Amino acid sequence: MIQLTLTPLNLASFAIILLLAQTAIASILRKNERLMVPVCFALSSAASFAATAAGVWTVGLGSSSSAVMALGLPGLPFHLRLDPLSGYFLGLIGLLSFFVSIYSIGYVKGFIGHRPIARLCIFYGLFIAGMFMVVLADDALFFLISWETMAAASYFLVMFEDERVENRRAAFLYIVVAHVGAVAILLAFGVMAGLATGFDNFSGFTFDAMRQADFPPEWATVAFLLAFFGFGAKAGIVPMHVWLPEAHPVAPSNVSALMSGVMLKTAVYGILRVTFDLIKIIPWWWGALVLALGIISALMGILYAMMEKDLKRLLAYSSVENIGIIMIGVGMAMVFKSFGQGIFAALALIAALYHAVNHAMFKGLLFMGAGAVLHATHERNMEEMGGLIHKMPWTAALFLIGCVSISALPPFNGFVSEWLTFQAFLLSPALPSPLMKLLMPLGAALLALTAALAAACFVKAFGVTFLGNWRGRHRTQVQETCWPIRIAMGMAATSCLLLGILPTVFIDWMDVIAEQLTGGKLATSAGAVGWMWLTPIAPERASYSGLVVFSGILAVYAIVYIILHVNPGKIRRGHVWDCGFEKLTNRMQYNAISFSMPIRRIFGFLFNIKEEVRLVPQQAHSAFPQKLIYSLRIRDRFWNWIYKPVADASFWLSRRVGRLQQGRINTYLIYSFVTIILLLLFVR
Amino acid sequence: MAGFIIEILQIALVIGLAPIFAGWVKMLKCWSQGRSSPSILQPYRNLLKLFSKDIILAENASWIFRFTPYLVFGTGVLVSAIIPLLSTDLPLALTADVIVLVSLFAIARFFTALAGMDIGTAFGGMGSSREMMIASISEPAMLMAIFTVSLSCGSTSLSRIVEVIYSPASVIKPSLAFAFIAFVLITLAETGRVPVDNPATHLELTMVHEAMILEYSGRHLALIEWAGMMKLFLFISLGVALFAPVGIAVSTNPAGIPLAFVYLSLKLGFSGIVIVLIETGLAKMRLFRLTEFLGAAFLMATLGMLSFFMLE
Repeated sequence: MIQLTLTPLNLASFAIILLLAQTAIASILRKNERLMVPVCFALSSAASFAATAAGVWTVGLGSSSSAVMALGLPGLPFHLRLDPLSGYFLGLIGLLSFFVSIYSIGYVKGFIGHRPIARLCIFYGLFIAGMFMVVLADDALFFLISWETMAAASYFLVMFEDERVENRRAAFLYIVVAHVGAVAILLAFGVMAGLATGFDNFSGFTFDAMRQADFPPEWATVAFLLAFFGFGAKAGIVPMHVWLPEAHPVAPSNVSALMSGVMLKTAVYGILRVTFDLIKIIPWWWGALVLALGIISALMGILYAMMEKDLKRLLAYSSVENIGIIMIGVGMAMVFKSFGQGIFAALALIAALYHAVNHAMFKGLLFMGAGAVLHATHERNMEEMGGLIHKMPWTAALFLIGCVSISALPPFNGFVSEWLTFQAFLLSPALPSPLMKLLMPLGAALLALTAALAAACFVKAFGVTFLGNWRGRHRTQVQETCWPIRIAMGMAATSCLLLGILPTVFIDWMDVIAEQLTGGKLATSAGAVGWMWLTPIAPERASYSGLVVFSGILAVYAIVYIILHVNPGKIRRGHVWDCGFEKLTNRMQYNAISFSMPIRRIFGFLFNIKEEVRLVPQQAHSAFPQKLIYSLRIRDRFWNWIYKPVADASFWLSRRVGRLQQGRINTYLIYSFVTIILLLLFVR
Repeated sequence: MAGFIIEILQIALVIGLAPIFAGWVKMLKCWSQGRSSPSILQPYRNLLKLFSKDIILAENASWIFRFTPYLVFGTGVLVSAIIPLLSTDLPLALTADVIVLVSLFAIARFFTALAGMDIGTAFGGMGSSREMMIASISEPAMLMAIFTVSLSCGSTSLSRIVEVIYSPASVIKPSLAFAFIAFVLITLAETGRVPVDNPATHLELTMVHEAMILEYSGRHLALIEWAGMMKLFLFISLGVALFAPVGIAVSTNPAGIPLAFVYLSLKLGFSGIVIVLIETGLAKMRLFRLTEFLGAAFLMATLGMLSFFMLE
């Protein structure tokens, strides 16, 4: 009789079992889709809730628990471990999955009758289960199996609407990059396992063995670079980002929310796990590398997003930016740790972890909102939208909260993590390395630029989509979304606000992770009502209170509103002033392309831009053109610099190798014969 | 308790005196251009007139359009509770450091830009697009200037910075000089003064801030105008507090407050003259020349930071 007690690890395993049950139920119920959707997504939201609880509980306990499963290869059983770091990511993944599963109840209903959705339900459950297993895995084998489960399940989810050629191409690109990354991760684990216990046995494959090993610096560097490349490809760090804006937008929106919001975080988890937990000795230049790539990703990501007119692609590019910001925090934590400054490293790491959960919340919210818009308008192109705030007031308000949060504006959550990152930057005078002292302020400047551009980008995203008048040529009937969608988005928006105004509560809870990984502990609060003020190092150094900002603005708002409405003047509605022109049309509004034009002009040199304006003259007189045709094509320079040469080379190589394939049986027999001879020569 | 009284006094001061400062700048500008000026109290009369007028809303204005004026005014009030004008001993100073301060202005701008796009006219969108472009360069430049100051003071808390700079031990540092130049350039950009934007024009080629708020009327417009005056007042007093904190009260002793007020009025009056000299001496720049102007501010701030690391 197995005795079951309620521990965080059991709770997390229970969540995974529930998700596997969901995939089974989905295949049983595939004939009855109306029943399948609520049952499946109710199961996955219950599972996600259990996982969140397990994660929150683990971090709260601050201790770790582990187990060995009776599954796996002979001699290579699966190891599970739940420590505060994995608990944190488990909670993060679970929380967004919980919201998105509720959202899916409403969202997936829209597909009924259009296409078979059993596949979506099955791979959705597998995908979330894969992410949970990645953070629970405590050996290289189980980690890679989970990693591949996650990648393969998400591949099928990206392929969901597979009748479009662009979706198939995006999915192919995604699976290629995911596997190149997975190979690098496999090699990184191979190096570490081999160095831990030697290459002649398998006992080094557990993370415990790697933790106890002392790696020689040069091999540690090899392992780190391989792991960083592998996880970086998954996270979408520039220049490994090209798959992200292709694959995320074409997936169904609930899946896009999960991919952008939490799947990228598993890569962040991987980088943290390998560097801070498994290798542990960190030369400062690793941190500098991570920091530099983080800065480049943040800036390039937001500039690409600024150029986009496709709402979901814009959000996908902005994920590149946010991963960059997380990497800035991780890189700084590595630098500070390598110089033995534990508290400062803890601050940078907390900033990165905080931004990870923030990004999950607001990006999840924004993708859910984009899905609601897509659902209502059947349109991803912002140029064909406008004025949706009147028809979809709920979606608009909740999407706006996401935009404010992601633009790092107080009192919402995005601001807290950026503020913490800035505070970490300002600690750079404590560094002994002159090169780092110079790099850090430059990084602060570029992060400030990124934050300001993000605000511009999301003014555009919200303004063009929801404000103004309908820009499209065709009038479509737009309706507000159903309740599950609104509730899910409302919960995500609430967590954005709570994370923004109560950061001290949250940081006190998660401080244990920073303490375990960096050896430093933050003093978050000081004074009598300490929980109100966020004071990471010391109150006289820096402080912030989201709650006071929030209630202050609200109070002034209320006072001014009441004073002005004691005796209010009348409000009349009238036409917009058209300068006497009388022919204003909705096509004259600013749209996505024109809004970003000034910024495109400043930063255009970073892109491959082809802009064409053509006048079609009237037959009668050339001075009065009939119409004007404007075309704009913006391309990623990295594509031509890196990907095209690699793709060309691999095609060239495969054509060469393809010559072996003759189609004649006697040639193949000769191949086998020669192979056997060669092998015999070796064995001898 | 004395702290809270000073706090309320300071908020009242900013709300009440911002129009006078705007009137003072206007008056000086008229004189410097050889025109006869309106009374220094004219901004009050304008506000009063706007408050008593009815509102005409565009047909498809949403709640964002009506919400924005209150929000912009609210952030202005909140900022005036945080910047040390009279005393560094402010109970609410813990709420926000300089980075939060910059973001509070950013949130006002974010919503003003949205309000500009809400109506669906070309003007509003144009203003929003231009404003966000200018902000995307001026805001990092502002943060860099502020970071330079806070690095050399070892704090981002405003009260703390002012105390460090005001202490007798502080000396003039090259990094602060660079940061000061950058700050002046940014103040012109952020408050919409001449080389960047012209507050007195409604010409489509040059409008930035005015284009966004073109559709506002009545009390909404009054709130936005008032918040604009407060923003000018607050930026100048922020500069004064950071780079010339002479005379500010550093203790809770209420006796220092009147003296601090006299000093503040003198410094503001002088800053008004400087602004007018800059505005009269320069012409409005073409929109795409602004990148050079703001880039120069960014460069100055970066140089300030570099000189902090190299020389100090």
